[in-house]
Amino acid sequence: MTTAAAGTAQGPAAESYLHHGRGLRSWLFTVDHKRIGIMYLALIAAALFLGGVFAMVLRMNLWWHGGGLVSNDAYNKLFTLHGAVMVFLFVIPGIPAALGNFVLPLQLGAKDVAFPRVNLLSFWLYSLGSALFVAVLVVGGVDTGWTLYPPYSLEGARGLGILLALAALFVVGFSSILTGLNFIATIHTMRPPGMGWFGLPLFLWALYATGIIQIVATPVLGITAAMGFLERLFHLGLFMPEYGGDPVLFQHFFWFYSHPAVYIMILPAMGIVSEVVSVFSRKPIFGYRFIAMSSIAIAVIGFFVWGHHMFVSGQSKWASLVFSFLTMLVAVPSAIKTFNWLATMYKGAIVLKTPMIYVLSFFAIFGIGGLTGLFLGSLATDIPLHDTYFVVAHFHFVMVGSVLTAFLAGLHYWWPKMTGRMYGETTGRLSALLVLVGFNVTFIPQFFAGVAGMPRRYATYAAVFQTNNRVSTVGSFILAAGLCLAVGGLLASLARGRRAPANPWGAASLEWSAASPPSHHNFDRTPTAGDPYDFSGLRLVSEEAGYVRAAGEAP
Amino acid sequence: MSTPSGGEAARGVAPRPRFLAEHFESMGAQLDTSTMGIWLFLASEVLFFGGLFTAYGVYRANHPELFRYAQYFLDWRLGALNTLALIASSLSAAWSVRCAQLGQRKGLLAALAVTFALAGVFMGVKYLEYSHKLHHGVAWGASYRASEEILRSLPEAVRGLPVPDHMGTFFSVYYLMTGLHGIHVLVGMGLYLWLIRRARLGHFGPGYYGPVDAVALYWHLVDMIWIFLFPLFYLV
Repeated sequence: MTTAAAGTAQGPAAESYLHHGRGLRSWLFTVDHKRIGIMYLALIAAALFLGGVFAMVLRMNLWWHGGGLVSNDAYNKLFTLHGAVMVFLFVIPGIPAALGNFVLPLQLGAKDVAFPRVNLLSFWLYSLGSALFVAVLVVGGVDTGWTLYPPYSLEGARGLGILLALAALFVVGFSSILTGLNFIATIHTMRPPGMGWFGLPLFLWALYATGIIQIVATPVLGITAAMGFLERLFHLGLFMPEYGGDPVLFQHFFWFYSHPAVYIMILPAMGIVSEVVSVFSRKPIFGYRFIAMSSIAIAVIGFFVWGHHMFVSGQSKWASLVFSFLTMLVAVPSAIKTFNWLATMYKGAIVLKTPMIYVLSFFAIFGIGGLTGLFLGSLATDIPLHDTYFVVAHFHFVMVGSVLTAFLAGLHYWWPKMTGRMYGETTGRLSALLVLVGFNVTFIPQFFAGVAGMPRRYATYAAVFQTNNRVSTVGSFILAAGLCLAVGGLLASLARGRRAPANPWGAASLEWSAASPPSHHNFDRTPTAGDPYDFSGLRLVSEEAGYVRAAGEAP
Repeated sequence: MSTPSGGEAARGVAPRPRFLAEHFESMGAQLDTSTMGIWLFLASEVLFFGGLFTAYGVYRANHPELFRYAQYFLDWRLGALNTLALIASSLSAAWSVRCAQLGQRKGLLAALAVTFALAGVFMGVKYLEYSHKLHHGVAWGASYRASEEILRSLPEAVRGLPVPDHMGTFFSVYYLMTGLHGIHVLVGMGLYLWLIRRARLGHFGPGYYGPVDAVALYWHLVDMIWIFLFPLFYLV
């Protein structure tokens, strides 16, 4: 190729990763962490859409207390697939696999993750798992709830659907393990000169803690899915009492993974919040080490609380007592984080750009979700609240509201880096407000319905709860409108957005010293890391040129 | 794009090693990373089997009589033979790493081949055990239908005892755990074939032995898991 002409016009700057290789094959077989991140993002957005459509049908069916939009059987299948698709295909992989893959090596000043081909394998496994979930839908769905409890789930009538669902869990589980493994190895061995453990951006501490859970908890889900699969095929007598099996063991195994899995969801979300709150308060993060260590504390304590899902399963009351106590313990590191974020904002010069508005929404939603968790962690209050809409509202606040707002904060925050385009600020802000209002209008009425005794997972309900449900349904439309607006605004920016400078927000972590979008190798030479939260030397040149570190300022 | 240019060689810069991936600065950094990666993978393997070991404990606690009775179907001498084969193979696997580090090509090939062969012995014995049991209807779960012949072959003291319910559950756990372990042995054999091929091509030496090391670590774990399985099924 003749480089003489091109070299003089634009300088020696390398072409962006988006143009390094063309055609579908250059994407599907890429080992570039940035392209893998973008492909994850596309599939994860599709999963969110699919799960969202299920949710909207559910909410519309609940408009009338007698149901009627879909059959009761279809309702059961819809809520099962809504849960399974959202949990396994959107919330768990969402932040680590899509945003983490893109950002992690950039924040380390590295060329790629430690094992680029394993990373691609992880993406393919995720794609295969997603295809299997779609196949569940095609063969008629399953009506067991996303928890797939036996003996109901493994009984005769549910044949192919349940087998496909268990196979899908097994496959996406391994995708998740490989992502976590890659991230931990990368953070351990590929930090740049000048970056010690306490020089890591907090997003990386969060991904590190997430990786521990992915590696240690997910294999148990894998083996449980395999056991369930073989039990259904060969009647092994592992989980089915009629053959000598123990169905409660399935619950223990399931929650040994699925409780830590909620920290796989929330820890990366907290990592994004730590980045955004500091950058948009123009102030170094408050209590760096406390935030970093509380991520690890949550990951560790999170392994010993699974029994709080099983207070009514017949497990030993002493076990329940210990699980209840340990559950309360998780509140401590979560509160440490929250107070440090608030302290970061205190006397900061807060900039209300879209990512920051989403993060402020996160504080409100995570606060409500966390505090209502205390009622469910306490033995005495959990018994009456168990399997009511209070539980539904609580876990939507922590798993959906918190993760979704943080995900959207991160997506808007790194969008200029990923695409080289600035999104429209007005659209972004409006979408953030709609999501905040829509989410709360949807789920706050469910707390009240739950306390009053409305059970979850029924297609119909007592007429007395109709107002709660109608408000909730209206809220879900506002939420959907907010999400559509956010996606629309981002997509529109691809065509019409202003070109993004390398550092539009004045952030100090290394990804902002790469070009927007970065070149195939991310950096021309390995950068030297400084304090990721020291904004003092950064000056705004212009909206077009973004922030530049003033000459003579470190690093 | 990663081919060393003529200019670099002319200036006396060392050419980039053949097996150094593009995103690493040095062979040392690459080795550190792959070692870290394989240990993390082994951690997840331990948890993968950990689920089954937990299940073993729970079923044993639920049906103690079943586990006492059913172990007489297993021949501890075959189990011991397999244990010896795997322990010996761990030695040859460790030896192969040493040979690779020292650049001893013949020794490396011999150690890799011995490891592969011992794994083959293990799978051969496993095949004999499985086929004998399945031939006599000693299968998993609801498919368990032990033949008269195999029941007569049980020790005198056991034959008179009442047969516990759910015999198949024991064999479900047995086939699951030894079967998953067997799959790991087969994967290991595949990996050793791959190493033998690469060793014949002369890929390994003091500067590059990461794959030999990583596969040996994996193999030690497979060996270790069997060392737990043997007493749990055949002895206690």
